[in-house]
Amino acid sequence: MTRLMRIPFAVEALLIALLVIAFFAFPYNLAFVTRILIMVLFVLSIDLVLGFAGIATLGQAALYGTGAYAAGLFAVHVTAAPLPGLLIGMVAGAALAFLSGLVLLRTKGLTLIMLTIAVAQICQEVANKARDVTGGADGLRGIRMEPVLGLFEFDFIGITAYWYVAIVVFIVFLALKRLAAAPLGLSLRGIHESPERMLAIGAPVYRRQVLAYTLGGGIAGIAGALAAQVTQLVSLEVYSFTLSAEALIMLILGGTGRLWGAIVGVVLFMTVHHVAASADPYNWLFFIGFMVLGVVFFLPGGMIRLPQALLRLGRQR
Amino acid sequence: MSAGLQVRGLQKSFGGIIVADDINVDLAPGARVALIGPNGAGKTTFSSLITGKLTPNAGEITLDGQDIRPLGEADRVKAGIAKTFQITTLFRDLTVRDNLRLAAQERDGRARAWFKRADSWAEVEREIDAQLAAFRLEALGDKRVSDLAYGQQRLVEMAMTLMLKPRVLILDEPAAGVPSSDSHLITDAIERLPDDLAVLIIEHDMKLVFRVARSIIVLVNGRILTQGAPNEIAADERVRDLYLGARHHD
Ligand SMILES: Nc1ncnc2c1ncn2[C@@H]1O[C@H](COP(=O)(O)OP(=O)(O)O)[C@@H](O)[C@H]1O
Ligand SMILES: [Mg+2]
Repeated sequence: MTRLMRIPFAVEALLIALLVIAFFAFPYNLAFVTRILIMVLFVLSIDLVLGFAGIATLGQAALYGTGAYAAGLFAVHVTAAPLPGLLIGMVAGAALAFLSGLVLLRTKGLTLIMLTIAVAQICQEVANKARDVTGGADGLRGIRMEPVLGLFEFDFIGITAYWYVAIVVFIVFLALKRLAAAPLGLSLRGIHESPERMLAIGAPVYRRQVLAYTLGGGIAGIAGALAAQVTQLVSLEVYSFTLSAEALIMLILGGTGRLWGAIVGVVLFMTVHHVAASADPYNWLFFIGFMVLGVVFFLPGGMIRLPQALLRLGRQR
Repeated sequence: MSAGLQVRGLQKSFGGIIVADDINVDLAPGARVALIGPNGAGKTTFSSLITGKLTPNAGEITLDGQDIRPLGEADRVKAGIAKTFQITTLFRDLTVRDNLRLAAQERDGRARAWFKRADSWAEVEREIDAQLAAFRLEALGDKRVSDLAYGQQRLVEMAMTLMLKPRVLILDEPAAGVPSSDSHLITDAIERLPDDLAVLIIEHDMKLVFRVARSIIVLVNGRILTQGAPNEIAADERVRDLYLGARHHD
């Protein structure tokens, strides 16, 4: 992987190839592939927060959901142009992450995890109670998006939606790729490894964690906004614990702290879900459970490490 | 107003136990002071009071005449006070070079840059080369810290700390846990530290102390028992009792 990165534009080319192949391979399932892409973005936001900065969270849905509601309400009440809505979703996710992060990041470990869950629960309760604004349990309806850039109409098959989401995910992924190799990425990994040592080299650890959490919130907010715009619906589910937990499982499956792991984990999880759930709607979670156990015990670096692990096994023979 | 670190009347207790009792210490630029004393004397506590990890109950700490007590841990590092830990504390999954880079990017205040690669500041890379060479670590730059021997890790920690360009350096038992076959590496490294750096060495290894220290402070139960030049300390009956006594318990 690292050697591949040395070739100029290798990452870009690989991503574009994957997106084009997915487009042509699943002409009747574009909506599903689009959902996968949005989920990739969401899991990437968790990778930044947890995989890089080491901030344990089970409440990332709070930021996703807030981005979704913000974009949805913006489309209904202000303008239905997609890009401004995306920006609003990002700002909303980042703002909530910043404000809640100021408090959350004073804690760590189990307390931190419980508080992240609590924030998402509170958001859900607020959205539920404010039915005049959010539609409550019925969901926020009446989102009718205008064409992207005034040019590309959202169509029934979902071609525009697919490329709209694909391009946003592509841009965010490349930005995160840069961040990971830059001083900021290095310093987040430093905080993950030893906050004590970071303090001892003069790093304002708490402030940097708030920054990472805010950036993650912005990305989760974009993911939520995309979901709201593409499905033209926002329901209370956007704040659900299940969403946070499943996204975390996807990240662990794929591998934390390495960006590509988010892609691998989401594709794997959602494909298994899609296929297994139609074959056996009651027991598919068992299958996922076994996969997670297998990864935790045999591939601690996640599925992204599978090729290396196989190579090593091969050499030992 | 004098240059360097000045500590006056430093006081700290945990519950009822006094671990720093009216401590006065001066560390001028170029100082090589050793802080010795039995386990539990309060040596690490003293270091933590200086670095800001612990807050004193009373007393003054000034750096070049400036009161540093209001500063947090990170800000004291920025002010020029750096330390190595009693138990090596590094970024174990990162390479040696990344460890040094992290220190440099904090020092230069560009740790939030997100677009350029972390290794693309040519001047810093040359500095890292020079620092690694000074500690004879050139060959290990791209190795992960966790793959190094403990003695090498101690050197990496010193090299990383020096990347901060500190004015006061606190070394907490730099030779602890290092096999005696490697302890000369530590001694050599300490002898080659920059001349104008003020160094406080907390150490049990008397051979090391007597080789590098120009002044020795003996701490017992949070109090300074005595201080002076190495030959004075070596001749002090109380110190000999203390150390012979301590030997018996080891
Ligand atoms: N955070 C703490 N809380 C309570 N007691 C402490 C704490 N840190 C150190 N001590 C106690 O303070 C005394 C001095 O410890 P320390 O400074 O580590 O000694 P030294 O480094 O000289 O071996 C010991 O009795 C130790 O148990
Ligand atoms: Mg100690």
